[in-house]
Amino acid sequence: MLRLEGLSIHQGSFDLAADLSVEQGRKVAVIGPSGSGKSTLLGALGGFVPVAAGQVLWQEIAITHAAPGARPIAMLFQDNNLFPHLSVAQNVGLGLRANLRLDAQDRARVAAALDRVGLEGMADRKPSALSGGQQSRAALARVLVQDKPLVLLDEPFAALGPALRQDMLDLVSALIRETGATLLMVTHAPEDVLRIADEVIFVDAGRAEAPTPAAEIMQNPPPALRAYLG
Amino acid sequence: MAQRAQPISGTSGIVAGTCVVAAVLLAFVGIGLRAEPGTGLGPAEGQAIRFTVMQAALSALISVTLAVPLARALARREMPGRTLLVTLLGAPFILPVIVAVLGLLAIFGRKGWVNQVLDILDLPSLSIYGLHGVVLAHVFFNLPLATRLLLQGWQSIPAERFRLAAQLNLPPAMIWRTLEWPLIVRVLPGAAALIFVICLTSFAVALTLGGGPRATTIELAIFQAFRFDFDLSKAAMLSVVQLVLAGGAALLALWVIPAIPLTGGMDRPVQRWDARGGVQRLTDALVIALGAAFLLLPLLSVTLAGLVGLPLMPASVWQAAFVSLWVAALSVAVLLAVALPLAGWIAIRARGSAEAIGLLGLSASPLMIGTGWFILINPIADPVSLSLPVTAIVNALMALPFALRILVPGIREALAGHGRLCLSLGVTGWSAWRWLILPRALPQIGFAAGLTGALSIGDLGVIALFADPDRATLPLQMYRLMGAYQTDAAAGAALLLLMMALVIFWTCDRGARWYAKT
Repeated sequence: MLRLEGLSIHQGSFDLAADLSVEQGRKVAVIGPSGSGKSTLLGALGGFVPVAAGQVLWQEIAITHAAPGARPIAMLFQDNNLFPHLSVAQNVGLGLRANLRLDAQDRARVAAALDRVGLEGMADRKPSALSGGQQSRAALARVLVQDKPLVLLDEPFAALGPALRQDMLDLVSALIRETGATLLMVTHAPEDVLRIADEVIFVDAGRAEAPTPAAEIMQNPPPALRAYLG
Repeated sequence: MAQRAQPISGTSGIVAGTCVVAAVLLAFVGIGLRAEPGTGLGPAEGQAIRFTVMQAALSALISVTLAVPLARALARREMPGRTLLVTLLGAPFILPVIVAVLGLLAIFGRKGWVNQVLDILDLPSLSIYGLHGVVLAHVFFNLPLATRLLLQGWQSIPAERFRLAAQLNLPPAMIWRTLEWPLIVRVLPGAAALIFVICLTSFAVALTLGGGPRATTIELAIFQAFRFDFDLSKAAMLSVVQLVLAGGAALLALWVIPAIPLTGGMDRPVQRWDARGGVQRLTDALVIALGAAFLLLPLLSVTLAGLVGLPLMPASVWQAAFVSLWVAALSVAVLLAVALPLAGWIAIRARGSAEAIGLLGLSASPLMIGTGWFILINPIADPVSLSLPVTAIVNALMALPFALRILVPGIREALAGHGRLCLSLGVTGWSAWRWLILPRALPQIGFAAGLTGALSIGDLGVIALFADPDRATLPLQMYRLMGAYQTDAAAGAALLLLMMALVIFWTCDRGARWYAKT
């Protein structure tokens, strides 16, 4: 279980508070107006945004001040998820070994992950030789080999067209089901929420609300969410 | 945001910075051991101080004055070869001083092209030695720098201003007053200060074209005290003077010195609607032609004479070329070992006072550092046997400020783009260097390495202090040939040296960019 205990973030004049928990294996959409702090919340979980007060606990162990790479977290950002100068296989391999010293077994895992996301035969290409959707697949292959119990997606598919984005969400959904990981995913689109999420964390007015079952909240949104959804 | 986490730590950078500071401080210690205040500074040294300041001031003044019409003409004319000419304005950075001096001698020397024309016209001939020559050579090196600085300023004037000026049909005098003069006032003092500081510590020019009681710089006086009198106390005292003078001037100039434009981006003239009159066209064409001739004819003459001289070179030249090559290679290795961690450290700091460490290399003159180390090494080992490594290290120190200017933005960009990804994958420390920074900053690394290699291979400085006949670098060997009136062989050596400097620069710069692309 992921637990945010009296978490408080200050960035200049911006404040965000969160006091909530997410059950293991859940798929949670983080939604809210632009600038409400969705990315900031994920950044704090990932270790990129300093926490002013409170704790982040995973399985009741505090990871509030752990280095980003030492957390049980695989994270994809809005952009720059691949190193443009490394091949697809190297990009994925970094998720296994930070020094890229891969043995035969590691290389087999990389190849299997690439097969799983539908990138067989593209291991030696550079990201620039892939389409936008294929680049997303490569990043997801790395998430797969990282094999972390918590996956954070900060709108990595925002630049893709609607059909491609849905493909990616279906792939994410399938991968999460196979690995049993917990997913937190920032999104703007209500249809994404219904497509993939079990629960919704609504972020607004400096607060991240506790998760609510997705179907329920989308059918009968509270006033602030209704205003946002329009 | 509070201090942002970064995939690399500053530790290795702090170590490298400490090494640089220690290297310079050690030289101070050496000098301090031998300098006895109040002794050794006679009228000759006073004269050297006056001459140093005067030639630097004149060089700065003339360079920036001539740069104004040249930059103005280049900024407002589009013509074939303009891009090439602007690129060539960057060449003096990698042009060996002694090669340029030989070229200038061929044009302005006693039997040079200019004097031959003057002879035919029955006019008195020019002398290139003494103050004239030193200033001439400094203008040759720094006119392009001043022109590039001004050109960069000109290009910072938004195109809309020129459109507005054209719309209002402003006459040339008003364009000058409203657009060009404010720019010149902003850029020129900094450019002049930079050139003044560079010329204060110039050695090779003074060695070849100066000399004698009336044309000796402090740097040259250190060399003479050392080489001819072996008066270490006097050399140390002069080093203190040099440090106070050049260091003080560098510190004062720090506020006005502009960013040095090392890379391109100046090859595209802004579209202009003014200055279409025939007289303006003619003067611009004349200015550009004169400027190009002044900068290119010496190089042309070196090339022509060198082609004749190449087969006449003694074997010692080839040996010296080999020595130079490995000094340059060592210098590049030392530079990268120091500059990369240092640049990494500067890049992860918010904004840096740390960059000032690089400036130590500018304010502390090469001969001063060489003298200090000689005094320290002398009791322990034979300094002559260490002359080549010392030369390589000092060359790396001299290139450090430029290398940092090139490397820091590249590393900052790599970290800004993918630092977060590295952190989230736990790719930190050496792995972050190996898999993010080195590949991403490779073009900048190649450029810095090429610049250092070219500077080092063409440098005639510390090596002249230490060397014996067996350990000459190519510039020193060339200087010896010139001194022995073996003009043809010297010209051959000059061409060889020029080619080597260009090839080293080109190989590192283009090679790295090519590798980064594939």
